[in-house]
Amino acid sequence: MNVKDIINPANLVYQKTPVMNDSNMHYCPGCSHGVVHKVMAELIEEMDIQDKTIGIAPVGCAVFAYKYIDIDWQQAAHGRAPALATAVKRLLPDRYVFTYQGDGDLAAIGTAETIHACNRGENIAIIFVNNGIYGMTGGQMAPTTLKGMKSSTSPNGRDIPMSGYPLNITNLLAQLEGTCYVTRQAVHTVAAVRKCKKAIQKALENSMLNKGTSIVEVVSTCSSGWKMTPDESNKWMVDNMFPEFPLGDLKNI
Amino acid sequence: MSTQNQDKEEVRLMKGNEAVAHAAIRCGCDGYFGYPITPQSEILETLMELEPWNTTGMVVLQAESETASINMVYGAASCGKKSMTSSSSPGVSLMQEGISYMAGAELPGVIVNVMRGGPGLGTIQPSQADYFQTVKGGGHGDYKMITLAPASVQEMADYTVLAFDLAFKYRTPVMILADGVIGQMMEKVVLPPFTPRWTEEEIRANTPWATLGKPHGSKPNVITSLELHSEEMEKINLRLQGRYRIIEKEEVRYEAISCDDADYVIVAFGTSARVCQKAMEMARAEGIKAGLLRPITLFPFPTEILSTLGSKVKGMLTVEMSAGQMVEDVRLAINGKVPVEFYGRMGGIVPSPDEVLEALKRQLIR
Repeated sequence: MNVKDIINPANLVYQKTPVMNDSNMHYCPGCSHGVVHKVMAELIEEMDIQDKTIGIAPVGCAVFAYKYIDIDWQQAAHGRAPALATAVKRLLPDRYVFTYQGDGDLAAIGTAETIHACNRGENIAIIFVNNGIYGMTGGQMAPTTLKGMKSSTSPNGRDIPMSGYPLNITNLLAQLEGTCYVTRQAVHTVAAVRKCKKAIQKALENSMLNKGTSIVEVVSTCSSGWKMTPDESNKWMVDNMFPEFPLGDLKNI
Repeated sequence: MSTQNQDKEEVRLMKGNEAVAHAAIRCGCDGYFGYPITPQSEILETLMELEPWNTTGMVVLQAESETASINMVYGAASCGKKSMTSSSSPGVSLMQEGISYMAGAELPGVIVNVMRGGPGLGTIQPSQADYFQTVKGGGHGDYKMITLAPASVQEMADYTVLAFDLAFKYRTPVMILADGVIGQMMEKVVLPPFTPRWTEEEIRANTPWATLGKPHGSKPNVITSLELHSEEMEKINLRLQGRYRIIEKEEVRYEAISCDDADYVIVAFGTSARVCQKAMEMARAEGIKAGLLRPITLFPFPTEILSTLGSKVKGMLTVEMSAGQMVEDVRLAINGKVPVEFYGRMGGIVPSPDEVLEALKRQLIR
């Protein structure tokens, strides 16, 4: 097979979804965000909802999500995405409304907005990328940073008496009556990506069924913040993040 | 909705806060998001009582905080929806982040501040001490916010309608800066006629930037205040500043009472202006040629008329329920032409007309 055969459209086995823009991503090599973005863009194409989807971007690494996924976007102040999504969904109930948030955004500065949107059972999907660190600002300690885990603001490792415990906010959200679907996924293997995609699809579908809030936590890597290679990051995530944040459905009504 | 215009001229008796709620529903507001705080809770309470979601379809929601409220307004405004919130001073402090973001993202929305005394938790009694916060920024960055200062229950209703018009005309947040007296007192009011909420087609036509879902084949709309390239960010700032200059040219509103032949002009807004009008009448009765200049827009500030009056009068007295905030803008407008004195009360105290007249004589006429 020569190059001409390979680029022959008849031999096409994979194509980037047109919902994904051609712009170069600012995400670091090994970062989970790119995969989650791709999954979302594919779903928006496959579900044919590009014209009725409104995304709410956070502050953090995903602040530029609007550059990559070709839908209408609102960029929220740090942590406030669920408040924006609440108003958007209530005023436009026939639209798919999702927030895309990191752990600092969702579980630290935006804890109140997150919990109350979920407690009201807003019919939105929350995509929660948890890599245990503040990526955009340069690797500071996050609410989900593991015990003993090093960061630029915990250079000797997270000290529990000083900084408290890693916050398992997804477990907390599963306790709220307003949530209908709470699941924890990852995107480090092909199988995991497929499962994660199904979970996000379910979350988006739920938002049209008047069932309450759906949360998909994606336990993720931050190679730059963790100061590891992408491969090391995946292994470290499996060995250290998964025991603290075990994968699987926490709630599925 | 036109059938409901029959009660257009009906005179009702209600609180300023209640008038805001009624006017919001009537002018086609799509969403109100608020959090209880004295002395403005009647706005949220009245809306919950009136249940506009059953009539106009307006969404009303009690949020978990003022922070959430203003961000709900941000989300609604991003969809081209007419949305508003209300609070009182400590709550409005919490909203400053959201207001700055709205200014940066060029979003229309209405914020009502029924001011109470500060700093801190302060008092639930009326105050005008949030003037600086409102017209000088409050939140971070170079922005201005159109600020309307009602002095009656009627104006609470009228300016709710006007605030939405201005917010969408200039794509900017607009503040209605009232105080506890205006919010709580009952007066007669003629409510505005019913105007239907915009349909989605009207929203797409009126606010082509709104995020309603990207139609096939068109470019997406993105609402953001972020721009990391300095040259681009400066251009955005210059565009905003250009708009503020237009607002300063086009939207100045004030009321001048007996200023034509005045030797002394009292400058006051809101509740203070009501008190000062009485003080001015008392001064006239004593043979003192006093006038009253009441700024209705605090931004844009009525600098030109003040400057003109400054060339004709012997002095000015600014009266505020604060330590003296607007007086700085009056002095900038007068630019040293005549003395500009200040009289104010703090802590939730409303000055009496006697006090104002006494201050006028003591500080200016001598």
